[in-house]
Amino acid sequence: MTTQMTIPYYPGCSGKGTSKEYDLSTLGICEALGVDLVEIPDWNCCGSTPAHTVNHVLSCALSARNLALVSKMGFNEVTTPCPSCLTNLKVAEHKMHKESFRAETNALLDIPYEDDVEAKSVLQILYENVGTEAVAARVKKPLEGLRVACYYGCIMNRPPEVMDFDDPEHPMAMDHLMEALGAEVIPYPLKVECCGASYGITRRDIVSKLSGKLLEVAESLGVDAVVTACPLCQMNLDMRQSQINTDNGTNYNIPVFYFTQLMAKAFDLSYRIQGLNKLIVSPKTALARIGKVVEKPVEKVTEEAAEK
Amino acid sequence: MRIGVFVCHCGSNIAGTVDCEKVAAAAKDFPDVVYSDDTMYACSEPGQQGIIEAVKEHKLTGVVVASCSPRMHEPTFRRAVERAGLNKYMFEMANIREHVSWVGKDKELNTNKAIDLVMIAAEKLRRDKPLISKKFDINKRVLIIGGGVAGIQAALDCADGGLEVVLVEKTTSIGGKMAKLDKTFPTVDCSSCVLGPKMVDVAQNPNITLHTYSEIEEVGGYVGNFEIKVKKKATFVDWEKCTGCGLCMEKCPSKKSFDYFNEGIGTTTAINIPFPQAIPKKAKIDADFCRKFTKGKCGVCAKICPTKAIDFEMKDEIITENVGAIITATGYDLFDFKKYAEYGAGKYPDVITSMQYERLMSASGPTTGHIKRPSDGKEPKNIVFIQCVGSRDKSVNRPYCSGFCCMYTAKQAILTKDHIPDSQSYVFYMDIRSPGKSYDEFVRRGIEEYGTEYIRGRVAMVYPVGDKLIVRGADTLAGSQVEVEADLVVLAVGAESAVGAPQLAETLRISYDTYGFYMESHPKLKPVETNTAGVYLAGACQGPKDIPASVGQGSAAAAKVLALFSKDQLESDPQTALVNAARCIGCYKCVETCPFGAIKEIEDRFGNAKAEVIETICQGCGLCSVTCPQSAIQLQHFTDNQILSEVKALCPSMMEKS
Amino acid sequence: MLLSNKKEVVSGMNTYKIASVDAAFTAEVEERSGQIMSQCYQCGNCTAGCPYTFAYDIPVNQIMRLIQLGQRDTVLKCRSLWLCATCQSCTTRCPNNIDVAGVMDHLRHMAREQGYATEKNVKIFVDTFLESVEKYGRVFEMGLMTNYVKKTGRFWTDMDLAPKVLPKGKLPFKPHPIQGRGKIAEIFKRFREGQRK
Repeated sequence: MTTQMTIPYYPGCSGKGTSKEYDLSTLGICEALGVDLVEIPDWNCCGSTPAHTVNHVLSCALSARNLALVSKMGFNEVTTPCPSCLTNLKVAEHKMHKESFRAETNALLDIPYEDDVEAKSVLQILYENVGTEAVAARVKKPLEGLRVACYYGCIMNRPPEVMDFDDPEHPMAMDHLMEALGAEVIPYPLKVECCGASYGITRRDIVSKLSGKLLEVAESLGVDAVVTACPLCQMNLDMRQSQINTDNGTNYNIPVFYFTQLMAKAFDLSYRIQGLNKLIVSPKTALARIGKVVEKPVEKVTEEAAEK
Repeated sequence: MRIGVFVCHCGSNIAGTVDCEKVAAAAKDFPDVVYSDDTMYACSEPGQQGIIEAVKEHKLTGVVVASCSPRMHEPTFRRAVERAGLNKYMFEMANIREHVSWVGKDKELNTNKAIDLVMIAAEKLRRDKPLISKKFDINKRVLIIGGGVAGIQAALDCADGGLEVVLVEKTTSIGGKMAKLDKTFPTVDCSSCVLGPKMVDVAQNPNITLHTYSEIEEVGGYVGNFEIKVKKKATFVDWEKCTGCGLCMEKCPSKKSFDYFNEGIGTTTAINIPFPQAIPKKAKIDADFCRKFTKGKCGVCAKICPTKAIDFEMKDEIITENVGAIITATGYDLFDFKKYAEYGAGKYPDVITSMQYERLMSASGPTTGHIKRPSDGKEPKNIVFIQCVGSRDKSVNRPYCSGFCCMYTAKQAILTKDHIPDSQSYVFYMDIRSPGKSYDEFVRRGIEEYGTEYIRGRVAMVYPVGDKLIVRGADTLAGSQVEVEADLVVLAVGAESAVGAPQLAETLRISYDTYGFYMESHPKLKPVETNTAGVYLAGACQGPKDIPASVGQGSAAAAKVLALFSKDQLESDPQTALVNAARCIGCYKCVETCPFGAIKEIEDRFGNAKAEVIETICQGCGLCSVTCPQSAIQLQHFTDNQILSEVKALCPSMMEKS
Repeated sequence: MLLSNKKEVVSGMNTYKIASVDAAFTAEVEERSGQIMSQCYQCGNCTAGCPYTFAYDIPVNQIMRLIQLGQRDTVLKCRSLWLCATCQSCTTRCPNNIDVAGVMDHLRHMAREQGYATEKNVKIFVDTFLESVEKYGRVFEMGLMTNYVKKTGRFWTDMDLAPKVLPKGKLPFKPHPIQGRGKIAEIFKRFREGQRK
């Protein structure tokens, strides 16, 4: 039942710091599902948003070095959990299809990149290569009763010409994975809206406004938690939730998980892999709902009424 | 032979980049050319007169005109040549405008190319033979495809003119899109009140044979004598017996069938008459939903039908109709709004299309004319209309303007205020296009008297919060982002070519554009003709059109058919294939390859197998002549010898080598 | 690069001399971004979807218009350039398939090259981030924060979060330099050399 595959792994800088729990849970669940993630030896930072706002050749060179390392490992695919890293890898991959740009970029590198590697998100690998059935089969403690909103962030699927995965307006991969875990997925309309990105440090007002909106809508839907796939989104919604509350006069208390953490939870992997203690907003109340059967008499009646 | 050459300046169209005098001078040296001159406008009255006089004065026996595409003026010059007393096929045209002056800028190169083209035209003319047209009888019946308002108008006008009309409609009732509309702009009169009587006229006119729920399967023949195979699709109800009483609809237990007429707003029964004013008012079973077909048992309708009209065993039937002309009025379809995922189209029930909104406003619609939103049946107060959904949008391959959405949106906003006086309508638009008579005044009235709020900008996204839909757009005039809390969002979907339009065009052998709209013969001067003789266009099948324009074209196409049928006989084009019996070996490869069935198998008086061309059927396509292993079958006016002589004139040295 | 004329930048009441537009600016933006500016028909969809419009001094559709009008200074001095997060909403939804976010990126490059930085802190953050990458090969988050605060003097930045975040052990106090960090510094070096040419 388990998938057997090996793929180079690019954790991204935050995976070694602020999103350590994303890295650990990703490695844990992939192992449980038979996906062997091999970290690229001596990988470097992709340059994130700062690099491409300064220069595209520089930005692509930073990513191309990693792609070239993947090629050297004897692979033509690489996966990363972080959408920002993914975007940089994919944009580099995309731009370097063009020979003149490739030459210009390779001039900055020791090992040239030969236009032969494709980057995919861990989410895409789990959804396409492993599949929701295999995920469901691995579940030991279903998340029944947990009501979640899946939030993909702005660049996981956009622009579609570059990212080439799932629907750019209403992506569903994470929703389906959460359903496979037994969680109740509440359709979240702001799936691809921007959280404020890295402006938390420079322009806190921006993050408070944008992430505040995301939390406002999540709360209005009555979800127990928000599930994310992006370290920056998670940080803005979780770590900065107190700032958002201060700035907006709200008092949200919504835990924000990485989707991989909930998978680890449902697979009943170790606490270390789940890394739930790393979250700033305590997930305790939300997790307590798991296994509690929720009565929904009101909705049933309306359904029957509709039938008539 | 005595050839005259006339080089046209076409004002500066040709003379701007071609030295016409030099071309005329060069032509003087070509074999058999005895006269050559340049002229300002060859097609003008003095221009044509000049040709006629030159023919007489110089005793010309053939004429070359170097000017524009033969598409436009070949018939003009053939007539001029005929008036001069020559056979009209002793004429050749060199296209030095579309093929030379309009495509190249280098005057010297252009002039050389023009000289070459005149030279090969003269070489061909030297081998032309006078051809005489044959006459044949016209079958004065007309086929009209599509029973929307354009097709109805064409049918009534033709029938009034005394013609027998065969009207074929794809759905079970005529009426088309107009029958679904509540009111029409800019007069706000009731759509079905205006259209209804015309539909009844169609049903009652003894000259009109109506085949609904039918499609064109095959088209054979040619102008004056088409043979049409029509597929009458199985309705599972014997329409000879069905009285349209509607009892079956009352009793049918399958009540959740898709309601096509109401655009999926609300449901209908598996056996149904689409709407009360349907013509003909006959029931049809939708096999996708009927329990007899899906589950194998039911048959309630068969039991209760007072005339025993139900026939579950009914099969599609092919019938043949012979006509002399065809008008295609197949209309348009609406853009699939689901492609706008950012608006939640197809996802959020209160984001609907403009046509669905028409059905919500219509008294014959599922809500009997009370505007209720689909999700919870509540009366909406804030209604947002979004324009250009599937129009002027390259990202969904619809770069064209659909033309009528601005107007119907203005109308819908006005009607909304009439239905719900305490409502507020918002229209997101890019430009307001209202060039018709009284159209712009109508839009202004919506804004000034009905308080419709127009916001200049596109909408980026629509998302639900609670029972509201948040519409986030831009107001580019204010230079800002705007949000509207809406109860209902109506997407002004654009027009696209009707489903199956390209396939029908192939069957009819007419051209269509990238988007599936049919091509008229000339964008200015032949708006309802096609490039296939005897096939005409009316309405939105040619491009998005509103009702008056469609009706106008219906009448125009009818007038064209009436003019065609005003003669009893047509002349066939004599540029047909001809078999040289001496060379024909009777292999009949030509018979197999002819797309028109114009070649028959005969025996000569010695009993040898030979092929023979039926001149009035042959369309002169030339397929047979390239197929014939013996070169025995030749297209007159385009013989192998003529074509080779053209090539030889153009590149003599290469011809010698090979 | 003194920013004393900030107010002038914000002004929307300039008279643009249409006949003397800087066509070279329009051409340069087109050349760099590979986008054709005349394809923009000002529908406003980019502004409608842009989450940052509220923080912009010039909304993105007007930036597109000002490029068409060749208004180099107004565009390159505008603060919006520094506040775009490349979230791709505009690019994804543009009916004319214009890569608007890409255009914004290239405008930032041009603004930088010409010494404009109307959101100073954003520029400092970006520079500090890249310094970290250049030095260690990866971003050292703690170091990045410290250096940013040092350069901006905004010592209170995220102070409130410290007691919540630090105990979680997610912010290492030491960098994780990579073995090939010299190679990364080399990439930056070659890049700068190329720029000078």
